Amino acid sequence: MQFLITVLLDGLIYASYLFIVSLGLTITFGVMKILNVAHGGFFAWGAYLASISIIYLGNNEYNSFLYYFAIFLSAIIVGLFFGYIIERFILRKMYNEDIHLIVLATFGLFWILEDLILHVFGVDPLMPYYPAMELGGIELGGIFQGVYSLTLAGLAIIVAFICWYFLKKTKYGKVLQSVIFDREVSVSMGINVTKVYLITFIIGGMLGALGGAYIAPTISVSPGFAIDVVVMSFAVVVIGGMGSVPGALIGSLIVGLVRAFAVHQAPILELFIIYAIMAIVLIIKPEGLFAPPKPRKI
Amino acid sequence: MFKGILKEQTIQVGIGFVFIVVLLGTFILPEWMSNNFMYGLSRGLAVLGLMILWRTNLVSFGHALYYGFGAYAVAMAQKYLGVTDVFLRIIIAIAAAGLLGFVLGFILRRYREIFFAMLSLAFSMVLYGLLAKAEFLGSTDGMSISPSTMFGFELGRFGLFYFIGFVVILSLIFAHAYLRSSLGHLTTAIMDNEIRVEYLGYSVEKAIHIKYVISACLAGGAGGLMAAALGQVDPDSMVLWSVSGELVFVTIMAGLGNILAPFVGAIFFEFIRTYAYEFAPQAWQMIIGGTLLAIIFFLPGGLWSLFQKINPFKKEKK
Repeated sequence: MQFLITVLLDGLIYASYLFIVSLGLTITFGVMKILNVAHGGFFAWGAYLASISIIYLGNNEYNSFLYYFAIFLSAIIVGLFFGYIIERFILRKMYNEDIHLIVLATFGLFWILEDLILHVFGVDPLMPYYPAMELGGIELGGIFQGVYSLTLAGLAIIVAFICWYFLKKTKYGKVLQSVIFDREVSVSMGINVTKVYLITFIIGGMLGALGGAYIAPTISVSPGFAIDVVVMSFAVVVIGGMGSVPGALIGSLIVGLVRAFAVHQAPILELFIIYAIMAIVLIIKPEGLFAPPKPRKI
Repeated sequence: MFKGILKEQTIQVGIGFVFIVVLLGTFILPEWMSNNFMYGLSRGLAVLGLMILWRTNLVSFGHALYYGFGAYAVAMAQKYLGVTDVFLRIIIAIAAAGLLGFVLGFILRRYREIFFAMLSLAFSMVLYGLLAKAEFLGSTDGMSISPSTMFGFELGRFGLFYFIGFVVILSLIFAHAYLRSSLGHLTTAIMDNEIRVEYLGYSVEKAIHIKYVISACLAGGAGGLMAAALGQVDPDSMVLWSVSGELVFVTIMAGLGNILAPFVGAIFFEFIRTYAYEFAPQAWQMIIGGTLLAIIFFLPGGLWSLFQKINPFKKEKK
């Protein structure tokens, strides 16, 4: 029983964090049809900016509100700044190119973003643990669990709800859906697709950065730690279906729970099993488990 | 298939190029520079494999799978069978990678575009997941490879360099023979229109499968040579997805124009990396990333297109 609770808790926390990161990736793919490897760069930048601001604020109990403010602000700044630069000056010139070239370009951007971190923040690992320490921990069914990690699950639910509301209930969501469905028709209907692309890319980047910024207090933020996250969120997106929001949710739950189970039961299989699932899903249902149905175009 | 191949200009230039590189590397240049040539030639094989695939517009973002598999096959053969002979090593590496490619090819040949790229990525990460966590496979530390021998004698660095040159020449001949055969000519046809190729009576899936196995063999051979040259195999520098990304990057940097381009590109890449690491250790990734973007934007044909403009062997148009 205790084992089950541990696996469930670990899995859910990991899944929530993966969900936030891969949601950004899947939105970018759904709308712009590009696989953004540079997403890992957003993630790392979000984590670093949040860490540095939390460490700057210092360990002070009156600051607890400011910590969260800093986390969200870092995500917004990183998304806006790099998202705008990358979309406006690089990706926008490439939409007519081969899809593989675009992936490669984002790969190059990932390298550049990774190295910029070394220059701006230095090479020493940062440990902004104050927010996590301040919230302390509680006992759940005999297992001691940090409260901060649990708030991650809450954040994931809020993000998922906002995303659902935005896509289904607002006018902009409908515009987005029409662009996803067919770019040319949307242009001819008077939608400013260039602008939609820019905003989508920025929001995707913000989500990636938010994932990094929010997880930062629970880990040690060191150079190169984003490299695993990129491909892990690729796995999530592929399992759930590229471009599908519910897919990202299910995908991250599958990956999170399976990984937690493997970590506790058979550590040797931790990475293997995730990518094996990814491969099996691709073999059985290449579009992913929850891919939006493809429109038939004549 | 191989008839008259030695009279072809591409092969003659290729053999000349490899000779020059090997001679430069063994007699003239200092060791650190000649290492770049050696690694460049070895990794060039994997890039050649990717280029052959790319000509059908299939881009594998997981080719490090075969690269690493070849390298680990060499390590395993040494650990369990005590094989250090360089001929056996390269044969084991190629055979292991080829076999894996043959099996996975049955699945991958049905996939195109981004799905092909993603599935190859998934397969390569499966191998990475195993290697990085399995204690008996060396986990993240990898395994060390003892110096290669030939007929019982230690080969030494120069000997290995000659051997690499020899393997590269053989692969050039083989790749060229394949590309000029009717099976190889299907490459472009498949990229243009698969349905028409089927109507002509060829099996697209079979053609892609054969191409995939050849590509896997080349990447496996590259891994085997690299393992022998480095004396070390480890998952992070041989199987991780960023290694596949690097290989794809070198392919696009080299250009798809000629079978010699991958080797020029791979050597060039080794030099950028060494120099960038030497002069700007904090910024070498940035330099490589910047080079990648610059090539995509300003030199879409790759380095080879530069070369073609000043090609002394170009035939005059009549």
